[in-house]
Amino acid sequence: MSDTILIEGASLYGDTSADVLLTDGVVAEIGPGLSATGARVVDADGLVALPGLVDLHTHLREPGREDAETILTGSQAAAVGGFTAVLAMANTSPVTDTAEAAERVHDLGRAAGLVDVQPVGAVTRGHGGEELAELGLMHRSRARVRVFSDDGRCVADARVMRRALEYVKAFGGVVSQHAQDPSLAGPASCCHEGELSGRLGLPGWPGVAEEVVVARDVMLARHTGSRVHVAHASTAGTVEVLRWAKAQGIAVTAEVTPHHLLLTTDLLAGYDPTFKVNPPLRPQEDVDALRAALADGTIDAVATDHAPHARHDKEHAFVDAAFGMLGLETALPVVASVMVETGLMTWTDLARVMSTTPAAIAGLEGQGRPLEVGQPANLVLVDPAATLTVDRDQSVSLSRNNPWHGRTFGASVVATFLRGVPTVLDGKLV
Amino acid sequence: MKKHLLSIDDLTVDDMTTLFTTAAEMHDVQNRQVKKLPALRGRTIINLFFEDSTRTRSSFEIAGKWLSADTINIAAKGSSASKGESLRDTVLTIAAMGVDALVMRHPASGAALQVSQWVDAAVVNAGDGTHEHPSQALLDAYTLQRRLGGPGSLEGRHVVIVGDLTHSRVFRSNVLCLTRLGAEVTVVAPPTLMPSGVASWSREAGFATSYELDEVLPKADAVMMLRVQRERMTGGYFPSAREYTVGYGLTRDRLRVLGPDVPICHPGPMNRGLEIAADAADAAQSVVLEQVSAGVAVRMAILYHLLAGEETTA
Repeated sequence: MSDTILIEGASLYGDTSADVLLTDGVVAEIGPGLSATGARVVDADGLVALPGLVDLHTHLREPGREDAETILTGSQAAAVGGFTAVLAMANTSPVTDTAEAAERVHDLGRAAGLVDVQPVGAVTRGHGGEELAELGLMHRSRARVRVFSDDGRCVADARVMRRALEYVKAFGGVVSQHAQDPSLAGPASCCHEGELSGRLGLPGWPGVAEEVVVARDVMLARHTGSRVHVAHASTAGTVEVLRWAKAQGIAVTAEVTPHHLLLTTDLLAGYDPTFKVNPPLRPQEDVDALRAALADGTIDAVATDHAPHARHDKEHAFVDAAFGMLGLETALPVVASVMVETGLMTWTDLARVMSTTPAAIAGLEGQGRPLEVGQPANLVLVDPAATLTVDRDQSVSLSRNNPWHGRTFGASVVATFLRGVPTVLDGKLV
Repeated sequence: MKKHLLSIDDLTVDDMTTLFTTAAEMHDVQNRQVKKLPALRGRTIINLFFEDSTRTRSSFEIAGKWLSADTINIAAKGSSASKGESLRDTVLTIAAMGVDALVMRHPASGAALQVSQWVDAAVVNAGDGTHEHPSQALLDAYTLQRRLGGPGSLEGRHVVIVGDLTHSRVFRSNVLCLTRLGAEVTVVAPPTLMPSGVASWSREAGFATSYELDEVLPKADAVMMLRVQRERMTGGYFPSAREYTVGYGLTRDRLRVLGPDVPICHPGPMNRGLEIAADAADAAQSVVLEQVSAGVAVRMAILYHLLAGEETTA
């Protein structure tokens, strides 16, 4: 593999066209008509160049459920999706709640070498919701953990949440909260509470179960002077709380998933567990509010909540089936179609919400950097005029719980570069 | 008729009329000394019950046996998820034995629909979670029609359904069935036991809702009381049995408000003294036992039409 790559004629952020020379893992030159002897040339005519994408929220299932995904296959799916860094959630088996567990995820990610896999540490030991996990040791470890989450479960106890927020201040950590009041939306709650859940007889998951936790947490963030991150915001009410909190100067950030930007609760009418996800798909009014909030900055980032599951874990009755859907490979096409093609955002905005800001929230060095000379050569090339019909059987993920199967999008990832090394070319893993 | 009976939505009004006509013929058979008909000889029906049931399972079992089908009961207790086997694997295993119809009861809403997509056998939904219980609604409508003046007599009649609507598959199937047959339906419950989104749902589907039983009862042509599970109290849906009965029970006082010809239904099992007073349960206008006997006839009709098809006659 060549050390030097010359990307010819890429449209930077969908704007000016230029050649980009990648040498020794950094962007060496940007300009028209570049040449370099011995460089591998990548024709990027008509392609949009963006900084490599960063995902704040993935489930890579290793250790514990290597039949559904591994750090390697999850990294492959991430690279195909244009990502150069992903955060791996802690709800594995065992839970990532020690320095040793975090280092193992970190090291497996480095061994796979396709994206930077940054472990998220558990907030509470074993995700039990009661005692703090060894937050400081995880931070001091080789994995340098800075984002902590009990994702999959809510840190429901206000006292525990308060202590966690206070404690991580010492090293600039952030708590990513899965906002779900368990008394308002218990483990069986599997469908947005509304007319459809009433008709289908499915246990409802009301938006307010998310909103009361987000409201509580922003007040705790204000009280502690610490930083809280809202994972997978799913309702218009959450957006209202976030907007208010940000206006007060409270240190809160939030992410939204591609599926909550496009899919709606009516997909559950046929009880297909492919569409069972937590938080659940919401009505169109929520989708519209989430899109507007992402466009105006109230929501800071897009994160996939990539949640692979073995086929048999989805082949149960709806309430018994596993929560979650795939997202890494399709995130950019979905967001481009929902936000860019609609004119709600530019490619620069997309780079902000899928790369720059998530990297900043997670404190990832060398990720989410602008396309400038001297910056780490983490890039993605996007075909903004592609016709991509998603086929779940073409996925590099080990799982097939793909809610996008059969849908067509107008953009696709053509190439991904991690520190100057191509991980994906022509849409395929290198 | 469609291949499966998963929801009342699977049936046209003509389908229902056909079922009621057949059920009436089957009902006569029940009074014969020899009750067996040869219609489903050689066919295999499995009653696959993932949830406890005595009356529905026995009713389907008798219905199958009187039609000469080989009827087998399988109790698959506990959720398959807890056993580590997927629902799909469980039903494919049973279907592979060579089954013509699966009569299925499952604690999860939508389970029968999902299963119908995996197996070749006809699937009859004998209750899926809090979603639907179509054979119950059909036997209720059949029973009410017999009391109210025969086929077509539900048209324009006012049926009041009272109880734990949120958790009731009987309500969901009945509201579809009764409105389709032309009845006006009012559903009554405290706000905590109303299904979510019922305001827009009822507008769209053409039924009424009320929190005030005493305002609705004098205008009723038929009353259907639903079972209220006592554990709903611990769930905080209502404060006490006493308070529920005062607000929503068919008490002796309320019985007097009803005309003597207003039929009273209950799908059973009854909580006497909670949602229905003994006086009401045992009143001459109570059709509770008629519902049970009609249940066999209606289920015979369902199995007959799903399995015998058009090439045979009863």
